[in-house]
Amino acid sequence: MRNVLGRELPERIAGYGEVRPFAGAFAHAGEINRKAVKVKGDWSSPNKVLNSLGEALEKCGLKDGMTVSFHHHLRNGDYVLNMVLDEIARQGIKDIKVAASSIFPIHQPLVRHMENGVVTGLYAGYISGPVGEAVSQGVLKNPVVMQTHGGRARAIESGELHIDVAFIAAPTCDEYGNMNGLEGPSACGVLTYPAADAEYADKVIAVTDNLVLYPACPIEITQEQVDYVVEVDSIGDSAGIVSGTTRITSDPAGLKIAESAAQVIKASGLLMDGFSFQTGAGGTSLAVAAYVKEMMKEKNIQGSFAAGGITEYMVEMLEEGFFRTLFDGQCFDLKAVESLRKNKNHQRMSMSMYGNPCNKGAVVNKLDVMILGATEVDLDFNVNVTTNSNGLLMGGSGGHSDTAAGATLAVVVTKLIRKRFPIVVDSVTTVTTPGETVDVLVTERGIAVNPLRQDVLEKVKKAGLPVKTIEELKEIAEKLTGVPEKVEFKDKVVAVIEYRDGTVIDVVRQL
Amino acid sequence: MSDLRRSMLFVPGFRPGMLQNSSIYGADSIIFDLEDSVAVTEKDAARVLVRNILQELDFSGIEMVVRINPVTDSPFGEEDVAEIAGVRPDAFMLPKADEEGIRVLADMLDEIEQKEGFEQESIKIFALVESTSAVLNLCSIAKASTRLAGIMLGAEDLTAELGIKRTLQGNELLYARSHLAMVCKSAGIDAIDTPFGDVEDREGLEYDASQAKSLGLTGKAAIHPRQVGTINRLFSPSPEEVIYAGKVVAAVREAEKEGKGVLALDGKMVDAPVAARAEKVLKQAKLAGIEV
Repeated sequence: MRNVLGRELPERIAGYGEVRPFAGAFAHAGEINRKAVKVKGDWSSPNKVLNSLGEALEKCGLKDGMTVSFHHHLRNGDYVLNMVLDEIARQGIKDIKVAASSIFPIHQPLVRHMENGVVTGLYAGYISGPVGEAVSQGVLKNPVVMQTHGGRARAIESGELHIDVAFIAAPTCDEYGNMNGLEGPSACGVLTYPAADAEYADKVIAVTDNLVLYPACPIEITQEQVDYVVEVDSIGDSAGIVSGTTRITSDPAGLKIAESAAQVIKASGLLMDGFSFQTGAGGTSLAVAAYVKEMMKEKNIQGSFAAGGITEYMVEMLEEGFFRTLFDGQCFDLKAVESLRKNKNHQRMSMSMYGNPCNKGAVVNKLDVMILGATEVDLDFNVNVTTNSNGLLMGGSGGHSDTAAGATLAVVVTKLIRKRFPIVVDSVTTVTTPGETVDVLVTERGIAVNPLRQDVLEKVKKAGLPVKTIEELKEIAEKLTGVPEKVEFKDKVVAVIEYRDGTVIDVVRQL
Repeated sequence: MSDLRRSMLFVPGFRPGMLQNSSIYGADSIIFDLEDSVAVTEKDAARVLVRNILQELDFSGIEMVVRINPVTDSPFGEEDVAEIAGVRPDAFMLPKADEEGIRVLADMLDEIEQKEGFEQESIKIFALVESTSAVLNLCSIAKASTRLAGIMLGAEDLTAELGIKRTLQGNELLYARSHLAMVCKSAGIDAIDTPFGDVEDREGLEYDASQAKSLGLTGKAAIHPRQVGTINRLFSPSPEEVIYAGKVVAAVREAEKEGKGVLALDGKMVDAPVAARAEKVLKQAKLAGIEV
């Protein structure tokens, strides 16, 4: 069958089940039933600390076929996922489904567990590195389910994704399970990704390398949700926890794109008091923030909030009064952690609060402008951030689809040509975010506005910006690069791309 | 290509990525460099790269210039011209220019244009003056060839020869800049200012370019794409200038219709030079894409 975007999908996928085809970005927003959680009180001990991970697995009754979950606040410095899976393998448990909010190169040992059947299923918002390569080669028994950040929270809340045991890496934790991410050798800032896991998993285990006296302070994930605490030597490598991508680009083409994107924002008329904004942590995205800041200064504007992954640059904008508040879903650097610690206007948001389409109102719905990246954009403005131009799984939505759907103006910034590949193509290799939610594409060789947004097109043209059709941009790119050959895939579905509402927007097949 | 040369952006001739992207920054002219930025061992490769890029890519609307090596005391300059003239760049820039060098280059171009069947003098020349003797001989240099479209000042070599430092204030360049502006104006060609070296110092560039403009130079070299926007803005007529020029031209037309010889605008007399200047400002504004 084909979904509304014309993507060819099987009706049923082995290891996934029945496919609900994507029917439009807002077709299924609305009602869900939140799952009821069975809770068993335990007054046997005032202390939840166990001796080892092994003991924790036994106490939880972890067995073949269960689902375990992890968060990725420790990013490419996370030790906990590998540590837990090694213990699961050691105990001879098999057929485990891993529900990680994201997977990084440090999780390479997962490939071995996939090969030997310890892990047979995977859920993630984003996958980079060797695990993605292994998935593309068909190593995993069942297809990976790729979710958006908001979609993951929705799936957990509704029970669609049932977590048997949640392992929560906790930079600080007390003996009764109260956690925060602010203190300790592996401090990572907010603990927002595991909020739904803590609330809805059958069993919750805190894994910490900074066990403190009761009560921990402040508390982000609270004791009534936590079953056990395990102390380990180290939960992460602090060098890998901090993102390496938080500097403004010095590449002149990147700066040109950023400046054009800022001019589009100005032309849109959204830049006024109360302005709300989100941008990525990549060099070009951050440069957009720098240009927007100059414009805000010039017009003496104070924004209401900036959201998303928070970097030093956004902290400075908060401190200098350009925004009243920050909504933080993930701290990208130590300056962000420090700000969270001392500034009450630096606020947390769970992934449900951030982007869940089936709650009573997500932060993305209040976003004026979202700056997004892309590895491919097609003539219908569909965006791929999941696979590269060779068809290899190397990314995922994260908050991409959530923010594109919520923001008043979703702007994709990208070079028109990257590594000799044209970025604008007839049809993207994989659809991550549907074109109906993408408003403008900004490249170094011109700006294309989605024909669905005639209002934006008029304003951008009136401002004298270099507007082209997306077909013209494709032609310019192909003049320089030629038309690349289509990637050849095998039949096996290796990843199911779920839109934020849980429908299937696309699949990735084996290379 | 327009007649506007506010910004002339230098791009190293051996960097394919930079050459390919050079058209996106809004420079009026782009100078692909085969001289100082290219090592002796890379001269041949850069020459071929620049030729192919000029041949294959669409740079319409931008003046494409190639800075060659000197043609009189270097083995490379002549080979640069022989390799590249066939793909018809808009101009060659001659470094360390003097009268003799310009004549040699012009003769080579005469021959090539004839052989290739190009229109005579369709390939222009820019002279880069970088020595005290060249600055003193500017009048002769400006008349050395009718192909000459402009003269650029090269302040690094000049101040090195003088044994003085370049400063942010730029007093050391006052004579050279003023002399260049006078000579070029009188010869009817463009006077292009030397580049500003510190690409991070945006205020410094702003000041340096304003100084050059105030002395009568018509444009400025850029050595980084980030400098182009500032240079274009400073060498374009300001909004106030455009509005005033519009008023002057309208008043002149009105006076002509009514048969008046002399007129006043806002209490000031408008005579022929004022009217001519206003016409020029409007023409420049139009070329720069400013709404008139």
